[in-house]
Amino acid sequence: MIRFADVHKSYRVDGRDIPALLPFSLDIADGEVFGIIGLSGAGKSTLIRLINLLERPSGGRIFVGDTEMTALDEPALRAQRRRIGMIFQHFNLLASQTVADNVAFPLRLAGERDEAAIRARVDELLARVGLSAHAGKYPSQLSGGQKQRVGIARALANRPSILLCDEATSALDPQTTASVLELLAGINRELKLTIVLITHEMDVVRRVCDRVAVLDAGAIVERGTVADVFLHPQHPTTKRFVEEALPEEAAGALAPFARIPGRLLRLSFRGDATTSPALARIARETGVEFNILAGRIDRIKDLPYGQLTLAMQGERVDAALTALREAGIEIEELPR
Amino acid sequence: MNPLQKLFPNIDDWGEIGRACIDTLLMLGGSLALTVLLGLPLGVLLYLTGKGQLRPMPKLYAITSLLVNILRSVPFIILMIVLMPLTYALVGTKLGIRGAIPPLVIGAAPFFARLVETALREVQQGVIEASQAMGASLWQIVRHVLLPEARGGLFAGVTVTAIALVGYTAMGGAIGSGGLGDLAYRYGYLSYKSDYMLVTVLLLVVLVQLLQMWGDRIVARYKRY
Repeated sequence: MIRFADVHKSYRVDGRDIPALLPFSLDIADGEVFGIIGLSGAGKSTLIRLINLLERPSGGRIFVGDTEMTALDEPALRAQRRRIGMIFQHFNLLASQTVADNVAFPLRLAGERDEAAIRARVDELLARVGLSAHAGKYPSQLSGGQKQRVGIARALANRPSILLCDEATSALDPQTTASVLELLAGINRELKLTIVLITHEMDVVRRVCDRVAVLDAGAIVERGTVADVFLHPQHPTTKRFVEEALPEEAAGALAPFARIPGRLLRLSFRGDATTSPALARIARETGVEFNILAGRIDRIKDLPYGQLTLAMQGERVDAALTALREAGIEIEELPR
Repeated sequence: MNPLQKLFPNIDDWGEIGRACIDTLLMLGGSLALTVLLGLPLGVLLYLTGKGQLRPMPKLYAITSLLVNILRSVPFIILMIVLMPLTYALVGTKLGIRGAIPPLVIGAAPFFARLVETALREVQQGVIEASQAMGASLWQIVRHVLLPEARGGLFAGVTVTAIALVGYTAMGGAIGSGGLGDLAYRYGYLSYKSDYMLVTVLLLVVLVQLLQMWGDRIVARYKRY
């Protein structure tokens, strides 16, 4: 478990303290994929660097497992850092070393001298990320996605229990992003690794994260399971992130339907609710009529979900809504 | 009369020119090796203690930097004269190849140290951060990240320094260190034998060309990645 207890961070600039992260506490459970989303300057790079103490907090305590990171001396901290892998937006590979030597680097840093053991481990890691054929190449000969795979192999070399992802897909095109995220999700599943990732894209959070915290101007303004935050965003910043991922949710997207009569509703289906024909059944039973204005079916990580925006009218709309809620469908009434 | 004699009538002893060449190469090789040995750690120190770097130490940086600047701003011929007592104390003579090497090294090492500092600053900050995240110690970062990543720039620095040293050795000739500069000064300048001057200048030009080509080849090899 990663635990922040009353942590805050400010930078001293020209003799004045500029706050980067306001006091917060946060627990990240073992084996989960935890996303931190925020705009640039919100403090998310600082937050993720607090975990391996690349940034020192100005106050508060940080635990990784049972170890209080903030209480360690230099050698002990270096030993702990070897147990925490990290990948970066710009990959940060050694340009002067081959792919194999880049992956072997953390092993050598940790004092491994047995070259045969190093080679075996490197082969295993490169196979996992699908780069076995590129072991002898230099980073400059690889594409962005391949570089990030090398970064992932390198981060896993010392069998860490935690993987930190610093905007790991922000420099990649959408297709490559998808394949790198898939790789990360697979690693989380198979190695039971805790992953903390920071991003400015809600779509990244939706695809791989279990829980998410929304960071705005140095404060965590919203947190929860991705399904809750994604389907029912509360804070304006969160709403903006969701709207970016789902353009049809944007304010004003429904304006063209202003003339359609009835109550404007947003129905969210999750998991089992997506597979039962509740809406049609209840409409028949209550005699309400509805008009679908927008809709989508997708996944939040492994959870299927659907969202329908519709205009509903009839004598017994309230009864229909009650029945829908009983069927496990979440309903939000939209202003019109 | 062979064509060489026709071209350079005053040169009767080509062997002397050959010996001067060897002296120059010995001075160059010896002083370059020591310059790198001394300048590299000095450059690393400048880099590490600089503002915003891995071990910022403003006072140490300011003192080292000032020392380097002072040594670099004294013209070499004057530095050589000023350093004579130290040279004598170090190697037991102020003359010849041995007498030339201490001032050459003291003159060139600060220059090379600055080039090292600049080359190290070219190393991406992110790569250093990544190795910190992997639990690398300061020494491991210097040895396995900074120096290998900067080696293109470092070899370019060695080349520039070697060429500067060729110039320094020639100046050393004026005050008795031997080599091609000595030849040019004694025969070419003091005895008005301009063909000596021409030959030594030609040889120095060739030497500098060879150094530059050698350096460019090595730098290009490390730029391949």
